[in-house]
Amino acid sequence: MTIKQPLSHLDWLEAEAIHILREVAGQCSNPVLLFSGGKDSLCILRLAEKAFRPGRFPFPLMHIDTGHNYQEVIDFRDQRAAELGERLIVRSVEDSMKRGTVVLKSPDEPRNKHQSVTLLEAIEEFGFDCCIGGARRDEEKARAKERIMSFRDEFGQWDPKNQRPELWNLYNARSHKGENIRAFPISNWTEMDVWQYIERENLGLPSIYFAHNRDIIMRGGAMMPANVPLASGEVINVPKAGEQVINMQVRFRTVGDITCTAPVLSDADNVSKIVIETATTTITERGATRLDDQTSDASMEQRKKEGYF
Amino acid sequence: MKFKIMTTHNDSLLRFMTCGSVDDGKSTLIGRLLFDTKTILADTLTQISNTSKKRGMEAVDLSLLTDGLQAEREQGITIDVAYRYFSTGTRKYIIADAPGHEQYTRNMVTAASTANLAIILIDARRGVLTQTRRHSYLAHLVGIQHIVVAVNKMDLVNYDQTIYDKICADYLAFAKEIGLAQARDIRFIPMSALNGDMLVDRLDNMPWYAGETLLEMLEKAPAAHTEQSEEFRFPVQFVCRPHASADADLHDFRGFMGRIESGDIAVGDAVTVLPNGYQSKVKAIQIGDTQLQSAQTEQSITLLLEDEIDTSRGDMIVKTGSNIAPVKQIEAHVCWLSETPLSPARTYIIRHTSRESKAKVGSIAYKVDVNTLEQQASTDLKMNDIARIHFKLAQPLMVDSYSNNRATGAFIVIDESTNNTVGAGMIV
Repeated sequence: MTIKQPLSHLDWLEAEAIHILREVAGQCSNPVLLFSGGKDSLCILRLAEKAFRPGRFPFPLMHIDTGHNYQEVIDFRDQRAAELGERLIVRSVEDSMKRGTVVLKSPDEPRNKHQSVTLLEAIEEFGFDCCIGGARRDEEKARAKERIMSFRDEFGQWDPKNQRPELWNLYNARSHKGENIRAFPISNWTEMDVWQYIERENLGLPSIYFAHNRDIIMRGGAMMPANVPLASGEVINVPKAGEQVINMQVRFRTVGDITCTAPVLSDADNVSKIVIETATTTITERGATRLDDQTSDASMEQRKKEGYF
Repeated sequence: MKFKIMTTHNDSLLRFMTCGSVDDGKSTLIGRLLFDTKTILADTLTQISNTSKKRGMEAVDLSLLTDGLQAEREQGITIDVAYRYFSTGTRKYIIADAPGHEQYTRNMVTAASTANLAIILIDARRGVLTQTRRHSYLAHLVGIQHIVVAVNKMDLVNYDQTIYDKICADYLAFAKEIGLAQARDIRFIPMSALNGDMLVDRLDNMPWYAGETLLEMLEKAPAAHTEQSEEFRFPVQFVCRPHASADADLHDFRGFMGRIESGDIAVGDAVTVLPNGYQSKVKAIQIGDTQLQSAQTEQSITLLLEDEIDTSRGDMIVKTGSNIAPVKQIEAHVCWLSETPLSPARTYIIRHTSRESKAKVGSIAYKVDVNTLEQQASTDLKMNDIARIHFKLAQPLMVDSYSNNRATGAFIVIDESTNNTVGAGMIV
């Protein structure tokens, strides 16, 4: 027998992710794939195509919408789901607010952490036993110890001290009724791997990932997009008195709730330029752009314990 | 050492683990590797340098990079396996960072299960210790092919070559005793993780050492599955039957989806589906809509066969004539992972590849003391214990011995009442 070349890192990561998606399909009776229209979940959609075509996906797609998402991303989300011909469920934090299950401290409080409540409500509504997500271990230190199949109790809580050991590629996605598994097929990918995969697979992305001109204000030490119109007709991040609006060339490295996702200065207007920028940047993905991770040393860990993705 | 800024789409990949306790400088070693390969970005560095100052340290404490969960920071220990990533521009690395204390045997076994190389840290001032023996035995048991013995803290023994030579000789004597030296590739390296000697840069404190730096060893170590020639093993994970598709051509499509655990396969190869023994030939191999003529270990593919065969998740496709048969009894080394001890009276679930079977303990042959490596008679098994156990199975499994095949020789034990993973098994 000839000894062949080992798989390249992208082929290996792809094969691992496909294996994980198929284990979810084989072990869980009612899984769902969380899809935001962001780059990581777009990679997972391509992986799901490779895992299950020519069949349909053995799970629907679901987005937990904070109501503060960029219209470009929402449009892209809908367009991609339609192209794939897969079912898209949208559940909204604003509906949880109407029900009274989410109460904001102030009207402009970032809604990212409140997604947990809406997610748990949706899990209960549909009886999902597994949610597939695009979290990566390189994103944040609380994620570095996350399992590929991560167990959550009836309250959606992650208990870092009581995680199932995960050995070889033998995943244990068993759960009792009411409990839940979170499955992370691209756990072992870095931000660079994601961009290389997007480049290699020629994946389309929402336009806000690419350099564009935008009105910016400085708020809380970070650049924030100013005057962003929402689908509802509301405009958010309206400059307050004393805040100066500057037009700059920027792009987003992560895409989330508008109020807590900051853009970075960039002239990278295509994927290969973004790959180069990612290779030479001096700031981490979340460090540059996620204000919700900067509140304390353990903010991600805390949110995960409360049922956050 | 210079790094290519740009990585390509075709870098290779190596998974390795580090064994050692906090005192051995394991966190510093990992921090140094991440720092010297420019994986640490400015904001993270600012963060840890602020924390270092807060704790009254003069220099930036690189071990803070691997500081994990709140509970761990509070207790000043590492509780769980963490995974870290770096890339050199030619190779991507996944580090499994396992805590080294005795009570964490289960974490070491977990980290080792996906590693192809282990770095075993020895404090130059203390030499080969009980924990060194434990780490080496476990790395051996879990089948790690490449062992790098890193004699760390050389700066604290004046970079003295005689001390290094003595530790190497001690280690080799022990490694021969347990069969490690004969079976595995063992290398030695003197280093100071704190100063960065012999990790990424050589520096000039140890001119007497002519061997490779740690990173050079990592760059040259063979990636997964390139060394042993193994037989084709394809556990079926999922069967694709889009019979309701709008495309009439797909109504008879029957794709067997899975990952090749070992070996390779080509269109036209004769195959047998176990446990039933049905025979057929490979009609097509696909990844997504790409057609392949052949496929190899670790690829996730869809197999189409010439004949309509009733096959479902949990079956295994092998080449016809391959030496493997369904068995209803197995003999294995088991590491117990749960705080609830093994109960010989109970029924457990064994998950092997994509297949499950109920299982009962037949007998426990002996328990291994991971510190003295002595075998002791035993009737129970507690967390972090390792024992040789005989299981009786309700359903047949298609197994190889773990020493021949790390994928089809491995299984996990699941407690049906809690659904927890309570044991890790390696078939003898």
